[in-house]
Formats: sequence, C-alpha cells, structure tokens
Amino acid sequence: MTAITPYHSAAQEARDGFGQILHAEWTKFRTVRGWVIGMILAVLVTAGLGVFVAKAAANPSCSSQSGSGQQGPVQHGAACGQPVYPRGPGGELVKDQFYFVRQPLAGNGSITVRVTSLTGRGRGTDNGQPVGAIFVPWSKAGIIIKDGTGKGSAYAAMMVTGGNGVRMQWNYTGDASGLPGAVSAASPRWLRLTRDGDTITGYDSADGTHWTQVGSVALAGLPSAVQAGLFATSPQHSTYSSSLGVGNGFNNPTVSTAVFDHVSRTGTWPAGTWTGDAVDAEDMQVAPGSVGYHQVARRFTVTGSGDIAPLIGGALNDGPNITIRDYLLGTFAGLIAVAVVATMFMTAEYRRGLIRTTLAASPNRGRVLAAKAIVIGSAAFVAGLAAAAGAVIIGEDVAHTASSVFPEPWPTELRIIAGTAALVAVAAVLALAIATMVRRSATAILIVIVIIVIPDVLSAPPGIPAGVTDWLLRVTPAAAFALQQPAPQYYQVQANYIPSSGFYPLAPWTGFAVLCAWTAIALATAAYLLRRRDA
Amino acid sequence: MTLSAAGLSRARCGSQTLHAEWTKLRTVASTGWLLLGTIALTVAVSATADAAATCPSGGCQADPAKLSLTGVQAGQAIVAVIAVLAVSGEYSTGMIRITLTAMPRRLTVLAAKATLVAGLVLAAGSVAVPASVLAGRLILPGHGFTLADGYPPLTSPPPLSSGDGPVLRAAIGSVLYLVLIALLSLGVATAVRESAVAIGLVLGLLYVFPVVTSVVGNQHWQRHLEQIGPMTAGLYIQATANLSSLPLTPWEGLGVLALWAAGALIIGALIFRFRDA
Repeated sequence: MTAITPYHSAAQEARDGFGQILHAEWTKFRTVRGWVIGMILAVLVTAGLGVFVAKAAANPSCSSQSGSGQQGPVQHGAACGQPVYPRGPGGELVKDQFYFVRQPLAGNGSITVRVTSLTGRGRGTDNGQPVGAIFVPWSKAGIIIKDGTGKGSAYAAMMVTGGNGVRMQWNYTGDASGLPGAVSAASPRWLRLTRDGDTITGYDSADGTHWTQVGSVALAGLPSAVQAGLFATSPQHSTYSSSLGVGNGFNNPTVSTAVFDHVSRTGTWPAGTWTGDAVDAEDMQVAPGSVGYHQVARRFTVTGSGDIAPLIGGALNDGPNITIRDYLLGTFAGLIAVAVVATMFMTAEYRRGLIRTTLAASPNRGRVLAAKAIVIGSAAFVAGLAAAAGAVIIGEDVAHTASSVFPEPWPTELRIIAGTAALVAVAAVLALAIATMVRRSATAILIVIVIIVIPDVLSAPPGIPAGVTDWLLRVTPAAAFALQQPAPQYYQVQANYIPSSGFYPLAPWTGFAVLCAWTAIALATAAYLLRRRDA
Repeated sequence: MTLSAAGLSRARCGSQTLHAEWTKLRTVASTGWLLLGTIALTVAVSATADAAATCPSGGCQADPAKLSLTGVQAGQAIVAVIAVLAVSGEYSTGMIRITLTAMPRRLTVLAAKATLVAGLVLAAGSVAVPASVLAGRLILPGHGFTLADGYPPLTSPPPLSSGDGPVLRAAIGSVLYLVLIALLSLGVATAVRESAVAIGLVLGLLYVFPVVTSVVGNQHWQRHLEQIGPMTAGLYIQATANLSSLPLTPWEGLGVLALWAAGALIIGALIFRFRDA
C-alpha cells in the first residue's frame, strides 16, 4: 500500500484581507482614465465657477480700472476697494449707528430711567406707497454705557424694543432677554445699568421698586471715563417677496422715537447739560433733521435711526453682499461630476460583468462595498478639498478689489473648505450606495442629482418660496450645504436669512449629520441587497 | 411593374428603421414609467409651487402662467433621462452593434431615434402642461391671484384662462421646451455614450446658468448669461408679464434652446457617423 499524499499547490496561499481588497479597488479606480479625468474636471469646474463669480461680482467701476473689456455702468466717485465697515471688539463687522444723548461718566456709577413709549415710523416708499407708522420688531431705545463715541467701540445697553420686550445687549453680538411685552404709558419699563470696574450689570423693573437682574457682562479694557446716556435707533424695515422667478427686497430706513423720564444717576457725572450726537451720521439713511432729541424739564424725547448690531452680509442684506459661499457656488457642478464617477465606480462592474470576478476574488461582499466606499470617499475628499481651496483662495485674490466682499476670519474659511470636502466625500459614498442598490447608471445618477443637487440649485436664485427651500434643505441630503454657511444667524438682528444670502435652515454640523444619516441608511441597504442578490 | 430589390430597400429603409427603433423603445419597461414620471412630477411640482405662492400686500410679483408651469423645470430632468437612455441603453448592453449591423445607415438610425423620442416627449408634455395650467387655474385664485388684488391683468378677466394668447403661447412653448430638452439630451448622449456622464452633463449645463446668474452682480454679464443659457433663455417662453424687461423675446429664447439642441445633435451625429460603435 502506498500512502496517498494530498496535493498541495506550490503557489503561495493568496491573501484576501481587507488591505488587498482596498488595493484592488484603488487599482480599478486609478486605471480608468475617464474616472480620474472626471475627478479633475470636478476640481476645475468648481474652482473655475468660483473665480468667474468672483470676477463677475466685482464692482464694475473697479473692474473698468483694470482694463476689463466688459463694463457695467461706471459709477463715478464710487469708492473702489473695501469701504470701511467698523469692527466690533470681537473683530466682526458691525453696524454702530444711533442717536446718543450722553454725558461722560468717570469711574463707577449707574443710570436709571423710565421709558413710557417707543414708536416706529418708516421712511421712503414701499412699492410706490409712502411708508407711515410701522412696526419694527427690533427698534431699540434705552440706556447705554459705551467706550466713547467711536464706531465699533465696546458697550453694554439696556433697552426696550419694538416687539421683543426688554433686552440687555453688549458688544454687538451679546443679547439677553428681560421683561416681555410692549412698552406704553400704562405699562412703562424701568431700566438700570450699573458699572463696577469692567463689569456692567443691567436690571429691569415694571414699577421702579422691584428690580430684576437681566445680565452682567465684563467689557475687557473699559477705560475709567466712558460715555453714558440715552439712545434710540431703528433698523431698516425689509420686505422680501419671494415669488417664483422674482425675488424683490425692499429696504426702507425707519426711525424710532422713545420718551424717557425719571432719569437718575449715581457716581461722578458732570452736572452740566446733555450732548446729543448722531453716531455714524454720515451713513444714516434718513435726513439729518429727522433724528435728535429734546428735553422738557426731566422728560426726554429721543429719535434715532440705524442699528447697534453685527452686520449681516449676503444678497439683499445691509452688509457686503458677496460672501465666501458665493465662491463655492460651483460646488453643485463639481458634485455632479463626482457623483457620475462614484456611480460608475459601481455600475461599470455590472455592465462589464467584472462584478462576478470581484466577488469571486473576495466573497465577503460587505467588505467589497466598504473598500469601494473608502476608495471613492477618499478620492472625492481630495478632489473636494482641492476644489474648495482653489475656489476660495483664487476667488478672494480676484475679488479683493471689489467693494462688496464680506471678509471672513481664517478659521471660518478653513471650516468651510474642509466642510465642502467632507460634503463631496460623503455625497460620493451616497452615490456609490445608490448605484449599488439600483445597479443602472442612469437611474442612480438621476436619483443622486435629484436629492442632493437640485435642492441646492433651487435655493440659489432667490425665487422659490422660502418655505419650500427651507423644507428641502432640512430633510434632503442637500442639508449638508449648511457646511458652507459663513456667518452665524443672529436672533436679535432682522435680515434676509435665506440660502442665497448664505444662511441655511440647519446649523452646519446638523446639516452634515442629515447627509451622513442618509448615507448610512443607503450603505446599509446597499450592503444588504448586495449580499442577498445574485451578482 | 417591378421594383428593383435595391430600390425597394432604399424606399422602405426609413420607415423600417423607425419601426425597429419604435419596437425597441416600446418594449423597454423603463420608457413607459419614465413618461408617466415626467407627467406626475411636472404636475406635482407645479401644483406645489402654486400652493406655496403667496401674494404680499404690496401686490403679486409672480407671473401666474410661469408659476403654474414651474413643474417643467423638474420634469425636464426625467425627459433628459428618457432621451439619454434611448441612446446609451444600447451601448451598455452592446445592442448598438446589432442595430448598426441591421441598419448600417447611422444617420438614419439617429434621425429615427430623435423622431420617436421627440414624439413621445411631445405626447407626455401635451398631458403634463395642460394639467399644470389647469392646476394653476384651480389653486392660484385661492392664493390672492385675482384682479382685485391689483394683479396686472392678463387679456381676459379670469387669470389663467386657457383662451389667453400669452398663456396659450406659454403652454405650447413649454411642451416644445421639453421636446428641445429631449433632443439636446439625445445629442449629448450620442456624443458621450455613457448614460451617467450624459445625464450629468445635460443637467449641469441646464442648471449652471441660473445658479451663476443669481450671484453675478454685473448687470451686463447677468443679461448675457441669461441670454445664452439653454434653460434660462428657453424658459422665457413661459413669461406672460413684463415681457419688455426680458433680455430676449419668448420665441427668441426658445430659439436659443433650439440652437443648443441643434448643436448637440450635429456634434452627436458627426461623432456617431465617424466613430466605431
């Protein structure tokens, strides 16, 4: 009897770990020329559109100086370059415009007043009709302690507002709420500010005897001598009609008038008279005569216009109307290119029958899908990073002469560039998952474009009813475009917080989470179907 | 009386090609569903836009005809898919080689495909567009679109009565718009063959102009971009109010889209004629 020795191949046993699958998928991606070209195209289209927008958005009177062939109506005397917007203590652009009835206060002290009335009036016309009495929810009047009368200087203030009750506000972005309800002669509001070193504390009261603290803030570096007194201001009244195909914004200046009495002070104040100043009078959009104050005995009537608030940029708003988001406008086009590549990364396997070889070589189908997702996600991330960085850096370079660009601090730019790359990467994985589910390129790409790209495209022109775009940008994967929102939305500033101005209904990371949730569900479904179905 | 075999085949070549292409289109399950989808999406989006529209107290800014035809902007995406699949579907299965063996005259094949796709989209559009106008007529008066609210009057008292000249032009034009989008997509698909690439290119081309125009501050550039964009210019055909403020007249706008479609078809035809299948 001869013992039969089982046959052993001399060939080394093949390794089929995850690393090998990853390497195999990377090789597939790298060696298809069209896919690599598609990714490069995504970068070029996104960055190219950004540069075009930056160039076309530039103030025509500036571009004509650089000898550009295309010229708009030249505005003679319009300032080229950045107009000087004041910056607040936090570095943000602010609006610091109000009527100030003031006296110097040396050292610690306090001021208390009673407000008996606040009324708003519109200026200018709305659709050809003169604007009369008007309800301005964020008209403000009250008492303020401020580091001088320079625009953008530190302050803390207690105020009554047109529609938001008593507020304490400080350094433009700070806001705390006090007594609710409107002010009237029947229900007056008492306000008090006390200064102790750098700390300013605000109180309110309905009767002048029972006081409640509204807030207490430290204004770093507040000098010993400050300006303190009464103020009134009233922001523009914006009506924005968003009907399909037509978006019209009307911004009408308004003035508000407040009546103060029972003015009492503690601390070192000069006994002399009060000084009335219109802060930032040169940019006030109402006639100089329509603001001011008059005093009858101990009763003050102060009328002002403007706002003490962070400046809001973007289309149809007060501030510079070009934001960093506009340079990234081409993201949708780059996303289409990336989605096409991601879709074909899977559907080409089915079309060529390669999927049978792939699954024979690595029978663990979930791992194949994971490897594909990692490869396409990484490639898309790199492409998205290059596209966003290119669009922002070159776009800013091109538009730096334009008068209407909203400057952003570099951490914001970095967050938006990285966020855009993450958006593109996760969207590519979503496209891959959908392609795995439906297996046909045409259907897959249509689904991807409809759920990710179209909601973003619809929100770009101010035209679709705000309710519809709001809803789309909350529930569809396009919610992740919120990553491109440059500036925070302020509750206490009325503005056009719409996508075309760079404001999204969800917070940046919440929006991204919506996209990630969609992608997770799609990937799980794709993995399930890939396992269950014949290839 | 006899016809030579060659003469007979030449005479019947066109109709036979048409018949063969029709059989292919008819028997693919997706064609019917996509056509139904076009109608459903167009009408649904139009009705949603009508329902979401409001007239602010200052008066309506929206053009009711344009508003009630909003769905065309969504329906065009599916129309593009129908047209792309008519061509690239053959490439993905290798069917194209059989087609061209049986019918070697490539331009005739392309012409037959274009005729049939245009006909199908014309039929779908002829259902979707009147239904959208009807939906607008039912919904819009409930949202303040009446003469009493100071809406600029159309030529006859009830807004959106289909007897209106401009509204009729907007409706017929919208159907033609969809047909031209189909032809544009067919040309692009013939040129690039791959369905995903073709759909990406067509939708990118359509949407890039309105998106870029929305942020361009320079009025001249804005006007030029709107004039040359296939979607922006083509949709002027839906305008019934403020015609004088449009950069082009409605029919000129549709003409721009027709030029795009013709250009895409010519490039597609040239590539199709001279490239290996």
